[in-house]
Amino acid sequence: MDPVVFLVQCLNAVQYGLLLFLVASGLTLIFGIMGVINLAHGSFYMIGAYMAYALAPLVEQTLGGGFFTTLAVSIVASVALGYLLEWAFFSYLYEREHLQQVLMTYALILVFEETRSILVGNDVHGVQAPEWLAGTLPLGELMTYPVYRLFISAVCVALVLALFWVITRTRLGMTVRAGASNREMVQAMGVDIKFLYRVVFSAGVALAALAGAIAAPVSSVYPGMGNQVLIVCFVVVVIGGIGSIRGALVAALLVGFVDTFGAVFFPQAAGVLVYLLMAAILLWRPEGLFRTV
Amino acid sequence: MRDLSSRVVPAVIAGLALAAFPMFGGKFAIDLVTKIMILAIFALSLELLVGQTGLVCFGHAAFLGIAAYTAALLTPQSGPAPLLALLPAAVLAAGGYALAVGALSLRTRGIYFIMVTLAFAQMAYYVFHDTKLGGGSDGIYVYYRPVLSVGDWQPFDLDGGHTFYYFVLVFLAFTFALLGFLVRSRFGRALAGIRVNEQRMRAAGFATYGYKLAAFVLAGMLAGLAGFLYALKDGFVSPELLSWHQSGAVLIMIILGGLGSLRGAVVGAFAFVLLQELFQSEAVFGALAQHWQLTLGFAIIACVALMPDGIVGAGRQFGRRVANLRRLRNA
Amino acid sequence: MPESRAGEVLLRASRVSRSFGGLKAVDDVSVAVRQGTVHAVIGTNGAGKSTLINLLCGEIQASQGTVELLGHDVSRWSQPRRAQAGLGRSYQRNTIYAPFTVFENCRLSAQARLQRPWAWFTPASSCATTCAAASHALERTGLAAQAHLIAGTLSHGQKRQLEIAMCLATGPRVLVLDEPLAGMGAEESERMLALLEGLKAEHAILLVEHDMGAVFRVSDEITVMVNGRVIATGAPEEIRANAEVQTAYLGEEGAN
Repeated sequence: MDPVVFLVQCLNAVQYGLLLFLVASGLTLIFGIMGVINLAHGSFYMIGAYMAYALAPLVEQTLGGGFFTTLAVSIVASVALGYLLEWAFFSYLYEREHLQQVLMTYALILVFEETRSILVGNDVHGVQAPEWLAGTLPLGELMTYPVYRLFISAVCVALVLALFWVITRTRLGMTVRAGASNREMVQAMGVDIKFLYRVVFSAGVALAALAGAIAAPVSSVYPGMGNQVLIVCFVVVVIGGIGSIRGALVAALLVGFVDTFGAVFFPQAAGVLVYLLMAAILLWRPEGLFRTV
Repeated sequence: MRDLSSRVVPAVIAGLALAAFPMFGGKFAIDLVTKIMILAIFALSLELLVGQTGLVCFGHAAFLGIAAYTAALLTPQSGPAPLLALLPAAVLAAGGYALAVGALSLRTRGIYFIMVTLAFAQMAYYVFHDTKLGGGSDGIYVYYRPVLSVGDWQPFDLDGGHTFYYFVLVFLAFTFALLGFLVRSRFGRALAGIRVNEQRMRAAGFATYGYKLAAFVLAGMLAGLAGFLYALKDGFVSPELLSWHQSGAVLIMIILGGLGSLRGAVVGAFAFVLLQELFQSEAVFGALAQHWQLTLGFAIIACVALMPDGIVGAGRQFGRRVANLRRLRNA
Repeated sequence: MPESRAGEVLLRASRVSRSFGGLKAVDDVSVAVRQGTVHAVIGTNGAGKSTLINLLCGEIQASQGTVELLGHDVSRWSQPRRAQAGLGRSYQRNTIYAPFTVFENCRLSAQARLQRPWAWFTPASSCATTCAAASHALERTGLAAQAHLIAGTLSHGQKRQLEIAMCLATGPRVLVLDEPLAGMGAEESERMLALLEGLKAEHAILLVEHDMGAVFRVSDEITVMVNGRVIATGAPEEIRANAEVQTAYLGEEGAN
């Protein structure tokens, strides 16, 4: 394989993996700390992307801003959405059985999808990247690489570092880690568990929505995008181990590489390779690569 | 344990009602009830897994779809296939995939199991959706329903009159009876024990992995039976049969009907399909009928939140209240 | 299975160790349980008793050392396999099948010895062998009158009795009992101790208990564990007199 082509594929793999990590980290945290399996998590990714598309004209009219302002508004909106959802809906799911959680959050997907359908319709849309990021960088003699994709990776890396800093260096992060390995103990120690849950949940929603929003110029905005990303995130969480952020990162990058290079070498089997990877890891480590307990 | 006759009699009455139905229903209604009966077999197979053994599987549609595709792929374009070959082939294909998926998935527990079964179903979905194996996203046709021939004699023709309806009804009765015996047998009681406390079962000496795998494969084969019938019904199979919406739908059916009861699975299948028809009806919902999945979503949330024991459970509670009132009045 | 002579070692752990991450939960522990005796294992919380029981029963594997059951090396055997070989266990928390009847709890446990999973068309309740084993176990533990009640509705003491009954229903040779007296009142404890005395003759019993009075009354041998290691093993009088044991353990609990 030509080294430049190889480099391009590596960059694509890293970018895809990092985006997956943003979504999967929320999923694994919400399950690890609150014990809730949230099938609707992919919908937040979809909501972020559709917000990037639908809010752009509004933002331009009222605030006079462009892409980044829309992004900021989307983040604020998704945090608010997360807060509201946790208070109104998810807090009732904490003590319920897995089957009930699965069905309730599955129903939530239906509600989100149809609401989106009513509000914005079912068409595929494109989102424009801002001008100064829309160019390409030359790689080697013949190839170029889109600057925007590098921007996505840069934002993701920044978020990964920020997330790790919060988790390992702040009190909030410490409480989150403690809650992931022993929920009851954290409660018994008098931490305001309700507030913690709301913060974690909103953060998870915001991360997923942000991922959707910044990916929108590259992946475009289409109805099935939430469900697609959700299932791959399940694979990431299973491989990485529930509740482990480190595991989610390693697994997301692994999935990114397998998927990207798999599509190059085995185009027919592209969709299936990730599941074969999962199957192989399950044979070796049924609890995922990095268990929290 | 309740009296055996109180279980058998309602089932027999329901069976007779279903047998008599074609005399009263129009073409659309008979078609709908046929579809419901096939989905009832599908729901019963999942009830064995979820209700009896406690294994929440979110990828059950894979077995439905694999059997359907097997039936479609093995039916030649030139003429019908033999029933005695096609039916086992479809069921065994589903069972084979269940064996592979089960062997791997059952190494995981709880939430992992749910996610892993979903992922393996998606894998099967992509195989049929993306590859040329079965016509891709357009689906494929089943050109002829299979025939049963003993020498030169053909006992029935699946294309004639209401034959297919009764064909499906017989299989529904068979599945219901089989599972009815199964849950009361030693195997069934062991599965129930695994559901309630698997650790305890292991401590007593049961090799629980084997039991769970057996239940998984059996459930997969029964789902395959439903898939086989589904393919024959409309003569068309599409990858959507393996989608997780299908897996979600069958889970909703058994919760709606009432988890932990075979009757609940059948009732749930009826209730779910009829609700879907209701939500899609413009006469009742007007413009919202287009977005029937929204109404369905809210209905599911309401059902899980307000009727955790499903229709059968609610019926039992109602019966108890009536009995109590009667007792108070007579006291 | 040949009758074992009184005094023969039926269950033995030889120098077993098990660590969790950096914590050595069980460190070079050896225990031998003889036919016709009750061997008690005592120690403070965190001494490694639960881990030791899990190692003996096969719920977790030892990283070092061997476990022998009825003469076989079962160190690599899974828990169900050890149970089939004659090892019965009761748990500290109630692990009864709450939705089933008391009778069904025992019958299902007994079914482990006569599984017949392929007999789909015969109802489980018609099996004479498992029903007889269940009735016998219930009589032994004094729960025969409660046979048709739902297990979840029993009192705590009755649930502990059911724990033992389920263990007996499988017809084990060796019993490993984890705090059978936990949460019991005086009268119920008396009954349980009488039961243990009665079971002693035909079984080898390993008992983990916190109730020192009961331990000294019913045991023939006592092993004391502290921080994962065995600090003393011997007859009850020896243990009571052992200075190290007194300071490490009995002194805190208040010797009887």
